[in-house]
Amino acid sequence: MTHTLGRPDFELIAGWIEPGHRVLDLGCGDGSLLRHLIDVRGVQGVGVEIDDANVLAAIKNGINVIQGNLERGLDEFADQAFDHVVLSRTLQTVRHTEGILREMLRIGREAVVSFPNFAYHKNLRAVLDGRMPVSEDLPYQWYDSPNVRFFTLLDFEDLCTKMGLIIRERHVLDEDGNIVAGEDHREVSFLGSLAVYRLTQSR
Amino acid sequence: MPGQSVGVVEAQRAHFDQPLNLRSGGVLPVYDLVYETYGTLNAAKSNAILVCHALSGHHHVAGHYADDPDNIGWWDNIIGPGRPLDTDKFFIVGLNNLGGCHGSTGPSSPNPATGKLWGADFPMVAVIDWVHAQARLADLLGIDTWAAVMGGSLGGMQALRWSVTYPERVRNAIVIAAAPKLSAQNIAFNDVARQAILTDPDFHGGHYYEHNTRPSRGLRLARMLGHITYLSDDQMGEKFGRDLRNEEFSYGFGVEFEVESYLRYQGDKFAGYFDANTYLLMTKALDYFDPSREDNGDLTATMARSKANFLIASFTTDWRFTPARSKEMVAALLANGRNVSYAEIDLNFGHDSFLMDDAHYHAVVEAYLRNIKL
Repeated sequence: MTHTLGRPDFELIAGWIEPGHRVLDLGCGDGSLLRHLIDVRGVQGVGVEIDDANVLAAIKNGINVIQGNLERGLDEFADQAFDHVVLSRTLQTVRHTEGILREMLRIGREAVVSFPNFAYHKNLRAVLDGRMPVSEDLPYQWYDSPNVRFFTLLDFEDLCTKMGLIIRERHVLDEDGNIVAGEDHREVSFLGSLAVYRLTQSR
Repeated sequence: MPGQSVGVVEAQRAHFDQPLNLRSGGVLPVYDLVYETYGTLNAAKSNAILVCHALSGHHHVAGHYADDPDNIGWWDNIIGPGRPLDTDKFFIVGLNNLGGCHGSTGPSSPNPATGKLWGADFPMVAVIDWVHAQARLADLLGIDTWAAVMGGSLGGMQALRWSVTYPERVRNAIVIAAAPKLSAQNIAFNDVARQAILTDPDFHGGHYYEHNTRPSRGLRLARMLGHITYLSDDQMGEKFGRDLRNEEFSYGFGVEFEVESYLRYQGDKFAGYFDANTYLLMTKALDYFDPSREDNGDLTATMARSKANFLIASFTTDWRFTPARSKEMVAALLANGRNVSYAEIDLNFGHDSFLMDDAHYHAVVEAYLRNIKL
């Protein structure tokens, strides 16, 4: 997926990352997130990207980018080689959801995952109106979407529990990038268009 | 292709009379290296790129000769003003490696000890020996540190070797269609090629020059075999299929299928200009290449000695050095926290893809080089 500059989740993710940390961005697009993290946090960054044009764009951006398919494993990365492994707006495009989450926490101390929340009220509204949702965070038509997994943030949290993953932090954003706060999970899910999580392995 | 050729070029010759101790235990007391340069070395001497050649390559990398305009360098499509190796920015050096047959000291050069041609007595040269010789050429040219050392196939292996043998002298290594060491299958193909030469009755134990002959049949077979491994199955299928030169089978052993015609032509052409002893030496240098041997096979430990940034590229249809082989190098560099980018380029020309003029491939190399600070 292609990152666009100035995305609100960039700032959130940057806030979780210490200067000098080693960061792996899976599905790094043109390398904008890593460029941002290098510029504002001085991280050591590596991206993985499948698309030729994005690989070229990332190299132009001066990013370390490894061309590869997330679905085929990440064997070239050693255990615990990174402080953070980021999967930004890409989890819904990956078929082997559990596999990729386990790989992220094999390679990294911490996983940072963001994804569009299918239970966002505008998405629900679209479905009630008889249409698949198209929004800022789900910018595709049904016939050209790279998305293969459709889930909500509550579904994701159930999976984390099943897998024994610890949610260290969660931020939910609306379509304008404003933080959605609240105690009621269903309400947050209803109001949130994009969810961003920090995960670690249980010990 | 965008950009321009470098135009008319001239080969130069450098003589070295400081003996070179070789990995095999042999010594070259004196030797010559022929080389070409394109572009201008800047005042800071920070813009030099060394282009290393593969098995059958040489110093004529780009441009053409004034008296031989059809003799175009083997990697002309990537070098020149406005091309990825932009001669308006970089100073490019290409040379013929020791043991070669294009002007640098090799088996077909005179042995100063005997006055006769070296022939089979030419010592076995390894990739590390080439790198040491290239370092002396760099000294001669006043180049302390290469902006980049690059090459495809065996040329890429030299770039890898440079980065661990002279880590302070290589800022970037561009390793294309290469491997950190040969597989059993790679060595097997090389050995069949060598056997074709060694068992040719005209080989005379490598001293065929004295018999005024050359093992052309063996060299031709070696090249035909090698050539098959440079191409992809799909490409051969598209290019030749089962096409016949004549419409009907002739039920004989002459040239019938187009692919036979092509291979025989390639074999004959190669046997006409290349030296069999050089072919033997180059294939052995490939077989022996394994920098990780110094670290008990631990490539990660080997790459810890490198300080360069890396661009590694492979081609999807290259079955000689597959993308997986390039990823071994990527993994070893990542494990050391080195800067590395890796592109897996979808091109249909097998191992030979690295020589092709492909827009995406060249854009990747150009983008990487553009970010090098001089």
